[in-house]
Amino acid sequence: MRGREGWINGALAAALLIVPLALHLAGEVYYVNLASRVVIVALAAVGLNLALGYGGMVSFGHAAFFGIGGYVAGISAHHAILGTSFLGLSTTTEMPLIWLISVLLAGVVALAIGAISLRTKGVYFIMITLAFAQMLYYFAISFPAYGGEDGLPIYVRNTFPGLNTFDPITFYGICVVALFACLFLTARIMGSRFGAALDMAHLSETRLATAGIAPFNIRLTAFVISAMMTALAGALFADLNGFVSPSMMSWHRSGEIMVIVILGGVGRLWGPVAGAIAFVLLETFLGGLTERWGLFLGLILLGTVLFARGGIMGLIAGKARHD
Amino acid sequence: MPLSLIIEQALNGLQLGVTLFLMASGLTLVFGVMGLINLAHGSLYMVGAFVTAWVSASVGSFWIGLGAGIMAAAAVGALVEVAVIRRLYARDHLDQVLATFALILIFSEGTRWLFGSQPLWLDVPDLLSGAVTLPGGSPYPVFRLAIIAMGALVALGLYLMISRTRLGMRIRAGEADREMIGALGVDIATLYTLVFALGAALAGLAGAMVGALQSVQVGMGEPVLILAFVVIVIGGIGSVKGALIGAILVGVTDTMGRILLPSAFGLFMDASSATAVGSALASMLIYLLMALVLALKPQGLFPVHARA
Repeated sequence: MRGREGWINGALAAALLIVPLALHLAGEVYYVNLASRVVIVALAAVGLNLALGYGGMVSFGHAAFFGIGGYVAGISAHHAILGTSFLGLSTTTEMPLIWLISVLLAGVVALAIGAISLRTKGVYFIMITLAFAQMLYYFAISFPAYGGEDGLPIYVRNTFPGLNTFDPITFYGICVVALFACLFLTARIMGSRFGAALDMAHLSETRLATAGIAPFNIRLTAFVISAMMTALAGALFADLNGFVSPSMMSWHRSGEIMVIVILGGVGRLWGPVAGAIAFVLLETFLGGLTERWGLFLGLILLGTVLFARGGIMGLIAGKARHD
Repeated sequence: MPLSLIIEQALNGLQLGVTLFLMASGLTLVFGVMGLINLAHGSLYMVGAFVTAWVSASVGSFWIGLGAGIMAAAAVGALVEVAVIRRLYARDHLDQVLATFALILIFSEGTRWLFGSQPLWLDVPDLLSGAVTLPGGSPYPVFRLAIIAMGALVALGLYLMISRTRLGMRIRAGEADREMIGALGVDIATLYTLVFALGAALAGLAGAMVGALQSVQVGMGEPVLILAFVVIVIGGIGSVKGALIGAILVGVTDTMGRILLPSAFGLFMDASSATAVGSALASMLIYLLMALVLALKPQGLFPVHARA
């Protein structure tokens, strides 16, 4: 993290802090919420980047974890507001507790999914993670108690002790702190012995095994942490929109998170942030310009894969250290 | 449960399986020969359905429409292969997934541009529009039987082509060792375009047939695409035989699960929760099947011993 990439990361961090504040002062509530969306999507992608970028595990099912986070927030708020209980437990509208449950639940699910999926490699891994996500997607669709296909509204945004979460800029602040915390965590993980092992599990499994470290356990641990971060993003996303639906778990969403990681630069700490900014802004502004935004988004993505390998970070900051 | 209902559902399962086989055989050939994951395969299915519906409505003949649909899908496939896909063979799976994901966006929006957002309708041809009586007395549409028969013919044709013809020999050689057949003087670029166009034609055929059963609309290829991926992963990626067996397995499991599970749960639950739990489980059933197969045989049922 030195040289040009360090400068870009610094610029991205400064932009995330300053631009929304300026928008808030200018009274542009819509754009403050848009910034929250960017940050939350970036957080989901930071999670995936740990598995996909650093660990080389191409998960096509991370939307499942995103959706788990969303549904924990939604179901918890649903019961708390109606005053009913979930399997005999009373639920909460406190964000920190909701996050904790989201992250733990996603961790347990990821442990199960990872333990089976990581037995496979390459395309099989891509497809089996997709299959598990589809399983959860249909599970969410077929439960009418929580909205089924129509989704579940969160009528009142969940609360955070001492803060007014209805205030757009305060909610943005919560999101951006969560993003920075996960970026910091990722940097610490990759700087640790575990991170070095994860790198090697990606580059040369045999060498890692020769060093007496089981690649499977390293990968599984990284996969679980990665899922947990994405679940946190899902819980925030549900609160931002005031709504959860099975589409949070659809394979389109998995593809989108993946696209953001690749667009930004695979295995670069701040790549997902750059990717999320580019993706959400493109989607929003192309959507404002033309009904056919999907066409142009597709063309831009295609151009990025074919001609700008390494994504935005690769384009601006040059090759990653490993290549 | 009456016998006729079970027979009817078994036939529906077989028909779904045959449709999935048409999709899956193309996907698995493209993966086996070129090592490419093509998410945009569902778009070629959509192209086949749209062109068939549009030409049928303009000309007034299902069969001319069907021919046009298959040819259009093959032509679009060949065009996409030459313009885009060809650059992806040397890339890793991640790039392939992203590029073909982008192609889906382009195709869906492009189709909406050309044909509008209203679904098109495709009528079953007069020749196949009747119904036969199943043992047990319930009527069954001839068109669905025709789809099953056609799928069986295509499976046989593919088998003969791959095992008996020169093109088939080259395809098998391409699966075994790409560089070697290039070195032996086979024009590998043309071979790849041909294989891709063949897969596209099969997808277009599947789209046209299903288009006559349901409405023809943007996004119709995506659910089928995901199922086709489940099929080729269960069958072993690269194996056409695996695709056939996987497709039938998935088609029958899905269809039978949807009627059998709710009544199975009804044996020890009250009716409304049995329906809820049963249908929830039924919609997850094929993914459970896939997870089970991969947990036991990580390379699928019929692993192909070539490149991973």
